[in-house]
Amino acid sequence: MEQIFNYIFNGFLYIVCIVFLIISFLKSREKTKKALIKAWKSFENILPLLLGIIFIVGILIAVLNAQVISKLIGSNSGFIGVAISSTVGAITLIPGFIAFPTAALLLENGAGYMQIAAFISSLMMVGIVTLPMEFKYFGKKISIVRNILAFLFSFLVAFAISKVMEL
Amino acid sequence: MKFFKKFILFIIALAALIAVLIINLKTGLRALNVIGFSFKEMALVLPPLFILLGLLDVWVPKEKMMRYMGEGSGIKGIILAIIIGSVAAGPLYAAFPVAAALMRKGVKFTNILIFIGAWSTTKVPMLLFEISALGARFAMTRLAIDIFGIIIIAYVLYIIVSKREVKALYYKAENL
Repeated sequence: MEQIFNYIFNGFLYIVCIVFLIISFLKSREKTKKALIKAWKSFENILPLLLGIIFIVGILIAVLNAQVISKLIGSNSGFIGVAISSTVGAITLIPGFIAFPTAALLLENGAGYMQIAAFISSLMMVGIVTLPMEFKYFGKKISIVRNILAFLFSFLVAFAISKVMEL
Repeated sequence: MKFFKKFILFIIALAALIAVLIINLKTGLRALNVIGFSFKEMALVLPPLFILLGLLDVWVPKEKMMRYMGEGSGIKGIILAIIIGSVAAGPLYAAFPVAAALMRKGVKFTNILIFIGAWSTTKVPMLLFEISALGARFAMTRLAIDIFGIIIIAYVLYIIVSKREVKALYYKAENL
């Protein structure tokens, strides 16, 4: 399902891009050329790093599949389960199409909402594997502090969601 | 040597993949499968994104962006940052170059951090998928907490980081 939404959004992105490119080209060829050169330069700038990250993420997702994770967070794993799931979530950056079915599977296998919320939250906000890229744009200090804050925040989210789901 | 340094992470990752393939073929093939997906996602999202950023750089005057999202833009800037982050397509790593482009346009530092937070947690396509997988109650609760969370995290970071460091960051963004 997310795939369909992604296609719609990607299609939208392409349409917007093409429309703006045409307008830009009609207004000034010179400026359009400059914009495209800039686009290519910044793309080229992050490409090597990005390729490495994509490979590492792929390996991590293959190793940390749903079975492995559900072994780590059983039904009554409590706070330790929350800590483990947010750590697993923090390491890697899993695309939604894998993350949510995994989360649903974990729920079926007895993980609590608290653990799942911690997993989803740190998954989205914390990215240890993508840190090299974040360093490049935000510097080491800001990146590390941001990730630590987001990691701590995922515990808060876990607690709040488990309370709401119990209502 | 410079070439080697640029690709060092990729070379390490490639070696790791080969090792996994040798140790456990099934896991290795699964990894290859995920890599293929991520690669496709990257190839699909990044080109139009970077072209739009290039056009933004060339056409939108800094003064205009500053008025909407710069110092003194207040709540308007915060809401804009959340909206831009939420309608975005693509994984978190694609948000970083956008953040750099916003820096070049003089967007306030906290708004850039809020944008990054929104991109990671309140993206609309992701949210719709979350509702279908985990239920509306779960997704909406998370969304409500996360909106507060990303704003709080942005301001805590703003307090921790010195003005000089932010300035250095903006300076660096000019060449990214």
